[in-house]
Amino acid sequence: MALKIVKGSIDRMFDKNLQDLVRGIRNHKEDEAKYISTCIDEIKQELKQDNIAVKANAVCKLTYLQMLGYDVSWAAFNIVEVMSSSKFTYKRIGYLAASQCFHESTDVIMLTTNQIRKDLSSPNQYDTGVALTGLSCFVTPDLARDLANDIMTLMSHTKPYIRKKAVLIMYKVFLKYPESLRPAFPRLKEKLEDPDPGVQSAAVNVICELARRNPKNYLSLAPLFFKLMTSSTNNWVLIKIIKLFGALTPLEPRLGKKLIEPLTNLIHSTSAMSLLYECVNTVYIDVNTPPLPSLSLSLCLYLSLPPQLCVQKLRILIEDSDQNLKYLGLLAMSKILKTHPKSVQSHKDLILQCLDDKDESIRLRALDLLYGMVSKKNLMEIVKKLMLHVDKAEGTTYRDELLTKIIDICSQSNYQYITNFEWYISILVELTRLEGTRHGHLIASQMLDVAIRVKAIRGFAVAQMATLLDNAHLLTGNMQRMGICEVLYAAAWICGEFSEHLENPMQTLEAMLRPKVATLPGHIQAVYVQNAAKLFATVLKSQEGNTDSTAAQETSQLMIDRLPLFVQSANLEVQERASCILQLVKYIQKLQQKDVEVAEEVSALFAGELNPVAPKAQKKVPVPEGLDLDSWINEPPSESESEDEQPKAIFAKEEPKHSRPRREEVDEKELAKRREARKQEQANNPFYIKASPSSQKVYQEAPGVEHIPVVQIDLSVPLKVPGLPMSDQYVKLEEERRQKERAEKKKKEKKKRKEKRSGRGKKHDSGPESEEDITPAHQVDIVTEEMPEWSIITSYIFIKTKSYCVTVHVCSSRPLADSEKLPVRSHRAAEAPKSPTEDGDATSQEPKKKSSKEKREKKKDKDRDRKVRISTGLFLCLLGNHSHLILVSSGLPGINKCIQKSKLVFCFLPLTKVYDIQGNLQDGSQVVVSVIFENKCDSFLKSMEFNVLDSLNSKLQRPEGSGPHDGLTVPFQLPPGVSNEARFVFTVQSIIMPQKLKGTLTFIVKNEDSSTHEKLDFKLHFTCTSYLITTPCYSDAFAKLLESGDLKCSSVRLEGVNMPFHHLLARICFHHHFSVVERIDSCASMYSRSIQGHHVCLLVKTVSIDAKCDEPTLLGNVLDEIKQTFSQC
Amino acid sequence: MQFMLLFSRQGKLRLQKWYVPLCDKEKKKITRELVQTVLARKPKMCSFLEWRDLKIVYKRYASLYFCCAIEDQDNELITLEIIHRYVELLDKYFGSVCELDIIFNFEKAYFILDEFLLGGEAQETSKKNVLKAIEQADLLQECKTEKHESFVNPSCI
Repeated sequence: MALKIVKGSIDRMFDKNLQDLVRGIRNHKEDEAKYISTCIDEIKQELKQDNIAVKANAVCKLTYLQMLGYDVSWAAFNIVEVMSSSKFTYKRIGYLAASQCFHESTDVIMLTTNQIRKDLSSPNQYDTGVALTGLSCFVTPDLARDLANDIMTLMSHTKPYIRKKAVLIMYKVFLKYPESLRPAFPRLKEKLEDPDPGVQSAAVNVICELARRNPKNYLSLAPLFFKLMTSSTNNWVLIKIIKLFGALTPLEPRLGKKLIEPLTNLIHSTSAMSLLYECVNTVYIDVNTPPLPSLSLSLCLYLSLPPQLCVQKLRILIEDSDQNLKYLGLLAMSKILKTHPKSVQSHKDLILQCLDDKDESIRLRALDLLYGMVSKKNLMEIVKKLMLHVDKAEGTTYRDELLTKIIDICSQSNYQYITNFEWYISILVELTRLEGTRHGHLIASQMLDVAIRVKAIRGFAVAQMATLLDNAHLLTGNMQRMGICEVLYAAAWICGEFSEHLENPMQTLEAMLRPKVATLPGHIQAVYVQNAAKLFATVLKSQEGNTDSTAAQETSQLMIDRLPLFVQSANLEVQERASCILQLVKYIQKLQQKDVEVAEEVSALFAGELNPVAPKAQKKVPVPEGLDLDSWINEPPSESESEDEQPKAIFAKEEPKHSRPRREEVDEKELAKRREARKQEQANNPFYIKASPSSQKVYQEAPGVEHIPVVQIDLSVPLKVPGLPMSDQYVKLEEERRQKERAEKKKKEKKKRKEKRSGRGKKHDSGPESEEDITPAHQVDIVTEEMPEWSIITSYIFIKTKSYCVTVHVCSSRPLADSEKLPVRSHRAAEAPKSPTEDGDATSQEPKKKSSKEKREKKKDKDRDRKVRISTGLFLCLLGNHSHLILVSSGLPGINKCIQKSKLVFCFLPLTKVYDIQGNLQDGSQVVVSVIFENKCDSFLKSMEFNVLDSLNSKLQRPEGSGPHDGLTVPFQLPPGVSNEARFVFTVQSIIMPQKLKGTLTFIVKNEDSSTHEKLDFKLHFTCTSYLITTPCYSDAFAKLLESGDLKCSSVRLEGVNMPFHHLLARICFHHHFSVVERIDSCASMYSRSIQGHHVCLLVKTVSIDAKCDEPTLLGNVLDEIKQTFSQC
Repeated sequence: MQFMLLFSRQGKLRLQKWYVPLCDKEKKKITRELVQTVLARKPKMCSFLEWRDLKIVYKRYASLYFCCAIEDQDNELITLEIIHRYVELLDKYFGSVCELDIIFNFEKAYFILDEFLLGGEAQETSKKNVLKAIEQADLLQECKTEKHESFVNPSCI
């Protein structure tokens, strides 16, 4: 009614009102922009008039245009004009326009302050209401500051209409002007008990939102809210209150107990799904995101509230036909899953049903849930269901999502839940048959990963991959499936690398050389070519054993016939590899025609096994005592060969940046020999902590796996048929296996035999409860940093037959510091910390001499070059009391021989007395490095020149007149077996950071008949500790120092340190130059001073160190170094 | 609630209310993105989606989509309730509301929304109270307008 009258009167008044504008826009669909620009011109005219009604109409139209996306900021001032009209009609339009168009950077907002204040205090409640509403949209910090008082007064307005608006807008004011919170809070609290329910709910709203930001301040309101919660029937209010308690409970555990009853009641009684959902959600959010340290206490709430209750209620939600409830139910379920996996797992059927839902977002939620629900027991079943869905799924996006989920589920935490890898491989193979998936590379990387890491599966994997290669045409058949051809990359590589497992390598070789291969992407062809060569080697080997040599020659001919196709490839990589291999094969053919047996040598090209290595594995390798790293394992390379290698390569370290398995080449025989030797050494070594038998078994899985019946089942028949789903049979087989195992186990238990389960690592059996009963059929090689056992093995991966061992001379038993740079890929370097007893006679140690003239076989050289990367053997070590000993070695064959014989020991000492150089401004900035040179070879060393590449911070002091890059001559010569010490002074500007300087030592090695110039690169490591001087301090001076307040605080936790406390102190004193000030039980204060006079104070407890220093950076670095010291033990 | 958008099936914006300060450019970008996302969803799909770090709750009434953005901790179901309540309010006010009502009286739709929500929070849960407030404000406007009309432009009557 009222509306019609208003409409009518406006219609009559103006040429074009809002309705006309809207109608006009609708009638000018084709040239909307043009029409609107004429409208805006009209509006501009209207705004120029004095008539406020005309202006208001124009502003109203502008508001509409603003929504359509047109810029109306130019009219901001006109909006303010309309806002200040005394007529409610116009004021209303003005405020609406302002709330839509203004934002914080609108400058005219400043002009509105007084107008708004006037409106707020207007006798008409609707004037006030409109002003409040508008303000809520465009409040700025300035407006909030200026109007906070006025709004606060309105909170006690006589009209509830105004009160509730004022209360709500206070929240916005608090956000913009936080200072207003304190004075306004008492009044806000009063409003919680306002007689009007609207005002009350507004107050609850505001406090709830505030409490979510900072719950601590609102704990005192808990009783009040508790009363509200039990008395209120308004679901809107209840939801807010529950949210509030969700934020408060972690701070006050007793609250949790009190809440159980009302919450349970609500969950049981409420018919409002929103409220139920809030209850369940809050209870679990509460647990999962504890904002404050009282984590364990907050658990009270959910622990006493049985998860079954919530899960059951959620089940009702999920079973509901309403998609929204289903979705939310799954969402909440995934939250509970994190804390109560078991109670969710029992609803697996329901979740699986959701996979059939029409709604994709529900299916994706269900998939997420499944990821967390799998266990060893149900993995196969779940994946089977998923595979069915893959077949049914419409739309590639969802199918791809399913595919990635299947792989995610299976590969999670290092294949933790997979008990049978044959099953997994067959799943992967089945996945390759998916139409048009984009995830070929994902499947491929899984295949590679599994084949490399699960040694026992290689035979099976190779057979499967060979089938794939044979049927490659099925994968590449149509262009749509290009994504999947990535799989062939993996297949070709696996077949090549593990070709010894192939049943019919010849057939696979032919498959790999088909002309059709040339249509594959370049990078795949490259792998084909390379692995065809590997296969060729295998085939030759098998054929040369025969008396008839024609077969072998035919194979070569096949290669020679087919490879030219790849030589013509446009892809450089393919071309290069193909032409290389083609020439090789031609050469082989020539030899074959002369009846020379070549198979052995050809296969040596590709010999060696890949092993995964953890990125930091080397660091954890304890070198057994007595292991002679000085002796040559192989003949050293001839000089002529090595000279072409650039000395520059010394610094080209390869440091692994990720934890992908490293591929290393190991000679099996050598490995076995070393393993034997190591075992013996370990047995004799009292310092060696023996690994438990179970962990050692991890690496000897091959025999253990043979006991598993499933491996021996002949699967050849079904596997040869492409396109047939076969993973199912593994499900059955796995069941059988498990049953067998269970039976066996029972038997064993009856007899109470203490024998361990055969050949399986313990690691995978850590699953809870009955999970433990299921043992995996295959073992995954897991390479993580936390696996010291691995390092035992890996150490022998590094030390290879072809290794050039580098002599390293160590004067202390202290473990290697982190600062050492050890290239993991290095094959030629190793270090041997010796026991302290050897310190004294270390110099007398005679390195074993090997004749460099011994000839090496050419093929071995090739062998080395294929996989061995040039190592850059250079590493440093921190040792000793206040001396830092640096180990230098070089992996470059050219220098190697020399280095191997000449031992160099560097030590440096900080200059402890700053007044040594009187009146020098650089007091406390000088460090003396004393270097002990020791000649361990038989040659005479002379003309030694020591040079360091200066950094901005640290410079080597050179005699006057010499340039900044000149070296210093070492003032002595070294006859064989002699050591001498030289001192070098460094100027250090800032001592707060550790420093590393690169340097070179050049010298001439003089033999009877010749003399050669040699170069040795090294690094000097100035740790922060080395700048500290042990300085005694009395406890009163120490206390004064702490009180002075000049010192910055920092602390560090010592994890996993379990040594007696006095040892701990001794270590800090010894390695880091501290002195103990005072010690009370297991707490001690320590003190040290830097050469530049920084005070460093420590408060050491058994598990942590609190520290203070006037230079935080220095302190941080010193603490890091201390931490490192302890992480080494 | 961070903002509320009303748009038609053709993707035309019919109403927008922002409870967080954003510049126009950003608002336009968000609107375009959301309208596209929501319109692309199939009718049988649930009303919630995760978008950036917000949750989007939307519901379609006839040819109009009502779309709200809420924060992570907010309750989706109560937001649906808010949307529904707003639709009911519009319905009561206009008498079986249709898209055209909202297009031609967009300022009224805003007024109703402002009486119902303030700063992104529900300020009045009683439908009756909201409508009462709107009616009274309209009455105020009506008598003032009439007085004003006769004063400003007598020839028009």
